[in-house]
Formats: sequence, structure tokens, C-alpha cells
Amino acid sequence: MNKEQVPQDQENLNEGKLAKLYYATDEKGHYVKVNSIGWEPETVAMQQAWDVVNDEVKDAVDLIRKGKASPLLYFIKKNIMTHALVASYSGTVGFMVRLHCIPFFFKKLSKKQLEKYAYTFRIPVEELTNLEKITRHDG
Amino acid sequence: MADFTHKQSAHCESGVVSNLMRFHGMDFDEPMVFGVGSGLFFSYLPFIRVNGIPVTAYRIWPGQVFKRFSDRIGIKIERKKFSNPRDAMTALDKMLDQGQPVGMLTSVFYLNYLPAAYRFHFNAHNIIVFGKANGNYLVSDPVMEYTTEISYDDLVRARFAKGMPEPSGRMYYPVKVPGEYDIESAIWKGITQTSDHMTRIPMPLVGAKGMKYLAGRLRKWPDRLGNRKAIQWLGNVIRMQEEIGTGGAGFRFIHAAFLDQCSVKLNNEKLFSISQQLTKSGDQLRDFAYYAGRVCKNRKTDTRTFAELGDMLEACAQREQAIFSELYEVSRSR
Repeated sequence: MNKEQVPQDQENLNEGKLAKLYYATDEKGHYVKVNSIGWEPETVAMQQAWDVVNDEVKDAVDLIRKGKASPLLYFIKKNIMTHALVASYSGTVGFMVRLHCIPFFFKKLSKKQLEKYAYTFRIPVEELTNLEKITRHDG
Repeated sequence: MADFTHKQSAHCESGVVSNLMRFHGMDFDEPMVFGVGSGLFFSYLPFIRVNGIPVTAYRIWPGQVFKRFSDRIGIKIERKKFSNPRDAMTALDKMLDQGQPVGMLTSVFYLNYLPAAYRFHFNAHNIIVFGKANGNYLVSDPVMEYTTEISYDDLVRARFAKGMPEPSGRMYYPVKVPGEYDIESAIWKGITQTSDHMTRIPMPLVGAKGMKYLAGRLRKWPDRLGNRKAIQWLGNVIRMQEEIGTGGAGFRFIHAAFLDQCSVKLNNEKLFSISQQLTKSGDQLRDFAYYAGRVCKNRKTDTRTFAELGDMLEACAQREQAIFSELYEVSRSR
């Protein structure tokens, strides 16, 4: 890649915080360092990965509205986690996390267990149990 | 606070090593670290999946670059791993009090100075912490242009993230740097290993063969997986190739820069010509990513576009097979 060809696409997801370093060639084919603020294919691929995440969050919200899932599922998806990952943060097993995603079992959770989940997602316990705030969220 | 100079780099691991070495009075540019540490590779591992998507890597596994580099130059590294956060942070503070910058493994998810879009659960990101100010830790993240800060809580989270692989508060710093070292022999060791691994491992999933294999599988994705998944898997290949920390074209440009620097250092014209060939191969991979990005954007797959993408990748595989075979011959016959 020639140093003039290093892409500088304005449409990117870097929030102006980041200009990545690229290695590009000068006229003689020797390498120099050039900063790039973004490149479309990369942005597309990254956006696509986030679209998948956002879709899953939306699905979770729908399930919660219908009363088929507990707020726990929303926070798992929101934090791009899996049941197993949440389990290892909160000191339980994946099966139990799955169980707690069902409203019936979620309601029976002890304060201690709720605190563990809240710690996992770095939120106060009240937010974890606040159904209203989640269902207002439009995904 | 330690007198520490931060230089931006393309890849996190080689960047951390380069910055740490500079602090200890050994000036290695990033491509040099990457090349001597044999960072370039290719592997497609369909049996290991992350979020249901097979792993594609354009590089060697995390940690190897550092290990190989320090072995070849003769640096003694102290590595530590902790079972509880408090010990980990105390050990870090102790090193900082001695004025010693410390490299460590972190999870990108908790590094809030990065743009939100990059913050997935990737647990093998390397950063350097080199001091403390106003209760925050001073961070030199090699992919960032400037140094930043991070709070105690965030750093604890980042160092003790769960998932695969678990950083477990791992930290490292050089304890002994050699006064004299044989850079020429280290360079050739790096080149030999990279070219050997790219061409001569008798397994279909790694090296240039792995790229060819991926090309073959990729052609079948739309039929096998359906539209939505095929696009997702393709998007993942682009991310592994072009996202942050690759220096563009899946590390090919960094390695080409390394060969370029070596040709000057060792006065070897042959290496420069191979560097130029590798640049072309990198350009080809960029074209592949560009075309694949368009396919992802339109969200439409048909067997023909994927067949074309497969052809492009196979052409790259052939080119790399030729380049690294030649490089292997050069390194053996010197």
C-alpha cells in the first residue's frame, strides 16, 4: 500500500479518539508509518458485529415484555456476555444463569445472588430488577 | 514517575515490547520486534469457535511474539500471575514505586479510553502501566497515539476479566537486558521460523495452505450456512484481517516493513525484493477485504460473489506460498 493510498474515511466508529497506525510504502517501496482515521470495509465489518449484538438485545427486550424472560437476559446481551461468562463472574454455573433468565426463578433470587449479578454488570441492584426501565428501552 | 516515552504502534504485543525495550535502553522499532518474534502466520481453525464463528488468525497466538523475541535477543523477563486482585495491584504499585513500567494483559471490554465500538470481550490485549497520577494509573496503550489514564476499578476489572483466555492479572517486565547481542542471528532465526511455519507445516489448516483451505470453504458458505450467517462469517474474516492491531492486511505490511528494515541493516537486496512482493500480497488482501466489505454492506450473498472472493483469497495463498518458500530458501542458503 502506497502512503497516499492509506484510507482516511470520515465515516468511522472511532469517535475521534483513535487514528490507527499503518505501515505503508513511499515512492521507493520503503516503509514509513502513516496514521489512518478509518477504512470503510473495516467499519462495515465492525458495524455488522454490533448489529448482531443489538438485535439480540432487542430480542431480549421483546421476551421480557412478554414475560418470558427476566431482566438478567437483557443485561447479559447488553454486556455481550454469554451465560457461561456471567456464571464465572458471579460464581455459579451456566445452568443456573440460564434458569435465572426465567422470570419465575429470577423472582426467587436471594439478595446475595442479585448482588453478585449486579457486580458482574457493574450496576446497582435496583437497576437489575427495574423491569420498567428495560422495557421502555427501544433496543 | 518513570521517564517513559510512548510510541504508537500497529500491533499491541510488539508495541508493548518495543516501548518496554526503549525504556531499558534498547531501541527496537515495532516491525523489528514483530519479525524477530516471528509474529506472522495464518491459521483457520473451524473446530474452535468464538460466538459460533470459526477462528481465523493472521498471526501467531498471543504471547508468542514476546517469548520468541526475548529468547532470541537474550532478555530475561519476569512474568507474574495472580489469584487475587489485591495482590496483583500491590505488586504493580511496588514496581511503579521503583520506577519500572510494567506490561500486562487486559480485557479490551474494560478499557474505557478506547472507542466503544472496539470494546468486545477480547482478553489478550497488552498495555503498559508506567505511573500513577491523581489516583489513576497512567497507561501507554500501544495502539493509541498518546498515553491515557485508567481508574483503579477499571484496571482491576480489565486484569481479572473472565472468559477465554483469562488474563489472571498477568504482568511482565524485563529484569535483565543483555549488554551485547547478535541482532543478525536473531533476525535470521525470526525469518527462518516465519517462512518455515508459513510453508512447511504438513497440516492443511495453517500457513499458506490454511489460507487456500479457507478459500475453498468460503466458496460454500452461502449454500451451507445461508445468507445471514455467511455474511457474519465473512465479516469476521475481515475483522481479523483489518481491525485494530493488524497494521493493515493482516500483519503483512508489518512483516514487509520488517524485511525492508532488515535489508538495510544487513545490506541484503534480496530481502528488499521479497519485502516488495509481500507488499503486493498485502495489497491483494486489502482488495479482498474491500470487496468482502461491499458484499457485507449490501447484505446479499450469491454463490458467484463468494466464489470470486474464494478465488481472490486463493490467489493470495498461492502468492504467499511462493514468497515464503523463496524467503525460506534465502534464509537457509545465506
